[in-house]
Amino acid sequence: MPAIAERTATNPAHRFRFLPAAPSVSQFRARRLTASCRRGFRVRRRADMAGGGGDKFSVLLPTYNERENLPLVVWLLARTFRDSGKDFEIIIIDDGSPDGTQEIAEQLEKIYGSDKILLRPRASKLGLGTAYIHGMKHATGNFIVIMDADLSHHPKFIPEFIRMQKEGNFDIVSGTRYKGNGGVYGWDLKRKLISRGANFLTQVLLRPGASDLTGSFRLYRKEVLEKLMEKCVSKGYVFQMEMIVRARQLGYTIGEVPISFVDRVYGESKLGGNEIVSFLKGLLTLFATT
Amino acid sequence: MTKLGQWLCGLVLLGSAWAVLALAPPGLRLPAPFRQALLPLPVYLLVAFGCYALATVGFRLATFNDCEEAAAELREHIRAARADLARRGLRF
Ligand SMILES: Nc1nc2c(ncn2[C@@H]2O[C@H](COP(=O)(O)OP(=O)(O)OP(=O)(O)O)[C@@H](O)[C@H]2O)c(=O)[nH]1
Ligand SMILES: [Mg+2]
Repeated sequence: MPAIAERTATNPAHRFRFLPAAPSVSQFRARRLTASCRRGFRVRRRADMAGGGGDKFSVLLPTYNERENLPLVVWLLARTFRDSGKDFEIIIIDDGSPDGTQEIAEQLEKIYGSDKILLRPRASKLGLGTAYIHGMKHATGNFIVIMDADLSHHPKFIPEFIRMQKEGNFDIVSGTRYKGNGGVYGWDLKRKLISRGANFLTQVLLRPGASDLTGSFRLYRKEVLEKLMEKCVSKGYVFQMEMIVRARQLGYTIGEVPISFVDRVYGESKLGGNEIVSFLKGLLTLFATT
Repeated sequence: MTKLGQWLCGLVLLGSAWAVLALAPPGLRLPAPFRQALLPLPVYLLVAFGCYALATVGFRLATFNDCEEAAAELREHIRAARADLARRGLRF
C-alpha cells in the first residue's frame, strides 16, 4: 500500500517525535508524553485503514558472493510470507559479486515476479552499511526486515518478530542469540567464548537494554530505520551496535525474539581478520561518545 | 552525558567518599576496626567484580545453546528449496 506509506512519511504530525539525543530530565518526561501521543496516533491511523493488516514488509538482502545461498533464502522468505498471509517484497542489493549472484537474482525475479523481488544492484563492493541505505530508498513497505543472505538467519523467525512487534507496539524487534531458546550452531568453543566475552563487556559498558547488539536480524518501522541510518556512522559489527544505542537515545522501544543462528553452510565469511580489534575500537568509541 | 562520563562520575563519587573516610586526619578517624576494613575495600571490590565477570561469562559460555535441531531443520529446508526451485526452472 504505497499510498499509506507515503502519507506516513510526509505527515507533519510525525515530525515531533524526533527529539534530539541525550535529553535532560524535563525533556525525558516530554519524550514519554510524545511517545504515548504517538502511540495513540498510530492506533487511530491503523484503525483508519479499514480491514487492518495493511502492513507491508520489505526485506533487505545485501549480498556479496551469495550465489548458493540467495535462492534458498528467497524461497524460504516467500514461503514464510505466503503462509502467514503478509504482504512483502524482497530487495536484493548485490555489490557486483564476481560469483554471479546477480545472474541468479535475475532468475529469481522471473520466477517470483518483479513486484516481489526487487533488484537494486551496485557496481562495486561499497560495504554493508551503505547497502542498507541504498536498499531502504527503494522500500515501499512500512516495516523493514534486515537480515543476512547467508542462511544464518532463518526466515521462520520473521512471523515471531511481527507478532512481537504487534504485541508491544515496538519500534524495533531484534533477534537475539543470547536469550531464551536462542543460540548458535557451528561455533567452536573459542568463538563462543569471544562472543560471550564481547557481549558481557558491551552490556557492562553500554547498558543498552538489548541482549544482542552485534546481531543483524531485525525488524524496524521504516521511519525509525531511516532516522537511525541518518544518525549512525560506524561500520561492520559496530554499526549494528550503534543502531541499538542510538535507538535507545531517541527513545525508541525495542522488543527481542530468541533466534538460532546457524553458521553459514555455503560461501565464505567476509568479516575476517582484525574483527576483534575493530570491535573493541568501536565499542570504546561508543562508550566515550554516546 | 556519555557512558564514559557516567562511569567517571560514579568512580569519582565513590572514590572521594572512600578517601574522606579512609584517609581522614588522625583526629577525625573512624574506630580502628572499621578503618581496617575500609582501607583495602577498593581492592576487594575490584576482585569481586572480576570474579563476577568470570563466573557470568563462564556460566553463559557453558549454557550457550547448540542449535542442533535448527541446523538439521535448515538442511531439510535447503533440500526442499532446491527441489522446488529446480522444478520452477532455476539453473543453480
Ligand atoms: N551488498 C553487500 N553485501 C555484503 C557486503 N559484505 C557482506 N555482505 C552481505 O552481508 C551479509 C553478512 O555478511 P557475512 O559475510 O555473512 O558476515 P558475518 O555474518 O559477520 O560473517 P559469517 O557469517 O561468518 O560469514 C551477507 O548476506 C553478505 O553477503 C558488501 O560489501 N555489500
Ligand atoms: Mg553471516
